[in-house]
Amino acid sequence: MSRTRILALVGVLVVWAAVSYGNRMLGVMAPALLPTPGEVATVFAETVRDGSLPRHVATSLARVAVGFGLAAVAALALGLLAAMCVPVRLMVEPIIEFVRPIPPLAFLPMFLVWFGLGEGSKVAFIGYTTFFPMFVAIAAAVLRVDVTLLRAAASLGAGHLDLIRRVILPAALPGIIVALRLGFALALFVIVGAEFMGADAGLGHLIMEGRTFFVPAQIVMGALVLGLLGSIVNALLLATERRLFRWREAGATS
Amino acid sequence: MKIRVRGLSRTFVAQGRETPALLDVDLEVAAHEFVCLLGPSGCGKSTLLNIVAGFLRPTAGEVRVDERPVTGPGADRGVVFQEYVLFPWLTVVGNVEFGLRLKGAPAAERRGIVARYLELVGLAAHAEKYPVQLSGGMKQRVAIARALANSPEIILMDEPFGALDAQTREVLQDELGRIQRVEHKTVLFVTHSIREAVYLADRVIVMTSAPGRIKQVFTIKLPEVRDRFAPEFTHYESEITRVVKEEVAKVHE
Ligand SMILES: Nc1ncnc2c1ncn2[C@@H]1O[C@H](COP(=O)(O)OP(=O)(O)OP(=O)(O)O)[C@@H](O)[C@H]1O
Ligand SMILES: [Mg+2]
Repeated sequence: MSRTRILALVGVLVVWAAVSYGNRMLGVMAPALLPTPGEVATVFAETVRDGSLPRHVATSLARVAVGFGLAAVAALALGLLAAMCVPVRLMVEPIIEFVRPIPPLAFLPMFLVWFGLGEGSKVAFIGYTTFFPMFVAIAAAVLRVDVTLLRAAASLGAGHLDLIRRVILPAALPGIIVALRLGFALALFVIVGAEFMGADAGLGHLIMEGRTFFVPAQIVMGALVLGLLGSIVNALLLATERRLFRWREAGATS
Repeated sequence: MKIRVRGLSRTFVAQGRETPALLDVDLEVAAHEFVCLLGPSGCGKSTLLNIVAGFLRPTAGEVRVDERPVTGPGADRGVVFQEYVLFPWLTVVGNVEFGLRLKGAPAAERRGIVARYLELVGLAAHAEKYPVQLSGGMKQRVAIARALANSPEIILMDEPFGALDAQTREVLQDELGRIQRVEHKTVLFVTHSIREAVYLADRVIVMTSAPGRIKQVFTIKLPEVRDRFAPEFTHYESEITRVVKEEVAKVHE
């Protein structure tokens, strides 16, 4: 991490501490309404010690992983198909255009009705939410693949499967990774909503519990953990991307 | 005949209007012959080459290679494009061995063939580089090595040196001439440069302005290794220039 980034984060922490401890001293609003960094750290330490935080994180991540994973596989397969097959594209396009603007959360109650309160509804909801944007981005990335690359490969003897495996996938990979990053961020985004309703574990449940039992520090802690998870996953994906795409940077560095 | 083009026509439909690009083209290329296509811009040279490569379908007529009709692209016809089409995520070696991998050639065999062709195009020292690290001339050498390493009997080239500066261009012409004396491919080569055509070709085919037809064929009776300043060379050059100019003039009428 660069120095400016660390400085910016420290800055936020300082402002937060100043405002919350200042509030304690001046008594602008009820102290419990504005948790201090110390209180949040205490809740964090407690929930780590009793094992509840790791359990909530694991539960949420498992739901995200399964829902996002299934959606990613489906988006990749159908994105390739739609990009390569004009009739499929013409059929799918209007459906996507219709479904996409509907805020996914609008359908959450429907998923609870269909899949019950268990894991099924969370996983299915994440899958549903992340599928469409990933599908659209992947199909677009495949459509952008330069046709002369396909021609070059075909005149070297590539068949349909070779073209997919050895040209389309590597050529579209930068776009595919962007789509996956987008999908994952979205999954973390909506898992909380899904866990607000009828869940007995997960970070969304932890946050809701903070509301029910009036522990604002727990709400803030849950939110910060989500942010941290998102950053870690994003950093991992970026690192993978940089390794995979050395060929793009090779020109700039030598 | 290695390549037989018969009654070939191709019409494009753009904005609801039909424009003929090629009209009733007959053309034969013998095995190991180097044929250059010349003609004004837009006369259908690329269209003809793309149909022979199997990228485009003709509206009428047919192309036969070894007497079998062409139905699509294939490893028997290597292609070198004007815009240095390399796989950017593969190194020079990865690009050159692309076709060999498709065929399932074992690693040792691939290494030998790749080394031989990188040597032939003078890029042995750049084997591990990625395309972004290469100059235009080097990229086109890789594209030529990639086509040759796949050992097709036919090589189709569409203005392969068109985007290069004049010096690099002549260097690559020399190299291609030298390679052809070793490899004896059947070559169909599109160019705008009359000098390039006379330097490389066994036969030069001049096409008419659009819709493209064959206007005139010149058989170049010059020694294998050519001197760009020999009087016979410049004689061919000026004669072909005269014929091409007639057609170019028609485009501007
Ligand atoms: N995909 C296409 N759709 C519509 N028209 C096309 C298409 N490809 C080529 N044409 C038209 O066909 C004609 C011949 O094009 P072609 O590219 O074969 O010419 P060319 O001889 O290679 O020209 P240049 O020397 O400039 O490369 C042109 O009028 C062009 O506009
Ligand atoms: Mg052309």
